[in-house]
Amino acid sequence: MSVATGLDKKPSEPTAESHMPQSSAIRARAGLSRTAKYVLLVFFLVIVLMPVYVLIVTSLKPPQDVNPATSWGLPVRWPWEPAFEGGPTGFDNWALAWNALSASIGRTFLLAIPAALIASFLGAMNGFVLARWRFPYADVVFTFILFGMFIPYQAIMTPLVQMKTSLGLPSDVSTLLVVHVIYGLPICTLIFRNYYAGIPHELMEAARMDGSGMLRTFRSIVLPLSLPGFVVTIIWQFTSAWNDFLFALFLSNQNEGPVSLALNNLAQGAQLANYGAAMAGALLASLPTLVVYIVLGKYFIGGLMSGSVKS
Amino acid sequence: MKKGYKNWGPPLLLISPTIIVLGIFVYGLIGANISVSLSNRNSLVPATEFVGLDNYIALFGEERFIHSLQNLGIFTLFFIGGTMIFGFLWAWMLDKGVTAEGVFRSVFLFPMAISFVASGVVWRWLLNSAEGDRASGLNRVFENLGLDFLQNSWWNDPTWGMAAIALPAIWQLAGYVMALFLSGFRGIPEELREAARMDGATEWKLYRYVIFPQLSPVALSALIIVGHMSLKVFDLIMAITKSIYQTEVPATYLWVALTSNDYAKSATIATILLLFVAVVIVPYLIYTARAEKRQG
Repeated sequence: MSVATGLDKKPSEPTAESHMPQSSAIRARAGLSRTAKYVLLVFFLVIVLMPVYVLIVTSLKPPQDVNPATSWGLPVRWPWEPAFEGGPTGFDNWALAWNALSASIGRTFLLAIPAALIASFLGAMNGFVLARWRFPYADVVFTFILFGMFIPYQAIMTPLVQMKTSLGLPSDVSTLLVVHVIYGLPICTLIFRNYYAGIPHELMEAARMDGSGMLRTFRSIVLPLSLPGFVVTIIWQFTSAWNDFLFALFLSNQNEGPVSLALNNLAQGAQLANYGAAMAGALLASLPTLVVYIVLGKYFIGGLMSGSVKS
Repeated sequence: MKKGYKNWGPPLLLISPTIIVLGIFVYGLIGANISVSLSNRNSLVPATEFVGLDNYIALFGEERFIHSLQNLGIFTLFFIGGTMIFGFLWAWMLDKGVTAEGVFRSVFLFPMAISFVASGVVWRWLLNSAEGDRASGLNRVFENLGLDFLQNSWWNDPTWGMAAIALPAIWQLAGYVMALFLSGFRGIPEELREAARMDGATEWKLYRYVIFPQLSPVALSALIIVGHMSLKVFDLIMAITKSIYQTEVPATYLWVALTSNDYAKSATIATILLLFVAVVIVPYLIYTARAEKRQG
């Protein structure tokens, strides 16, 4: 079983059109509109990539070389060459950013990886019973769970902050870990429910006939088929925990919290003028999720598409 | 399912931790939030009395809150408009078979993988409000291209500034809408198009009577997902401008209220936000549940 992203083109059968002889005039027009389309697509490609160019280029310019007139240009010197004798280099931006973020990057891994694993496992169990080992009112329970995915988290933030204070919970990533598991349950449940709906009924029935209980069926038949589902939920959960700013801001602080807080502090903190370090930091902080996206893009999209509820 | 608890007991037991946890942390906390919003917990002093809708009435009487709603409205309009237009356009161009389609698709989608905080860093630079000689970012591009009249103060404008904030949001999510539309396009059976062409339908009629109706469920999904994200917008604004009046929306106003310990006010804003989102989401959830039931 694989993850359906719905994006891939179906193998096209020869259509009636392709058999028809085309006049050269029509072909010329098609060629022109084809060219126009590529020009347009490349134009949009450049626009979408433009912020990346800005990030990279600016991050490699020492502060002395930053000036509005040349702000879109390439660095005027190599990133290891100082702007003046003994002055800062482009790479110093990266060193500054690394020093400001490295501890929080470590903490974010400690937060995002367990949050992804735990929520995925619970989501798999929920999805399994909702799709394949049903009970009365399973659909009502599913909608009850699903609603949690769409609420604005602001709607629970005030009492959550009060709860954290009155229970004396720490402001570090351990509290955030629990929070991300809880609020990740709806989407993980949804993804697995839709995924398991694709497992053939016969497999389940065969297990039931053999007298397998629910847990045994889950463990020996369903779990071994679940890897693609897990990849999708783990990526989804990892990315949202990694990129989260809202919960982090309300429940944590920049000394104990995840990278989003440290980055925001770097970008808006004391060195406001140092865009170079801020941009190097933005690149550093985005690297893990970008690597996941590049390596496992198909599964990333699978998670995205599940947001549209329909299976 | 009919044979009693032996059949439905175990699955219910397996899912019960989730039901309990979400019962507390979603529904319980929403209830707690509403109850705080109806109290006089306007400071660190614990609430002493029930004040009914006083907090709501006071909030809607504030020019500041009305302004934040207006900002949210403008942002939502541009954000939804932008993502739908570009998302559809890209999907439409890619659907008809393009060399290196995967490359275009991946590039258009990649901003989804980046946090609003990280993209906020670069967009704050791009939307720098300095003009003329001191212009950098996009204003510098306009300056160099001789398109001076396009230079503007971006998010510093108290009314239309929110349209500038929508730019990075569109940049991040248009690719997502593209993916939704593309899966919609690819879900249309080729036979349908062929049949219409055989009947002599013009390209426009093909779209008007075949493609658009087939795409409408996808368009609805996209509209609702982007719409409800728009109502929650927070990270992006905090990253680009911090919480300032020009770009204040209810979610950032809530942050201001909460950090000044006005719990009743932050809870009131939160309830209003929840109502906005519920108006969009609840009908959608019901609609989806029904559609699923019909499919069996």
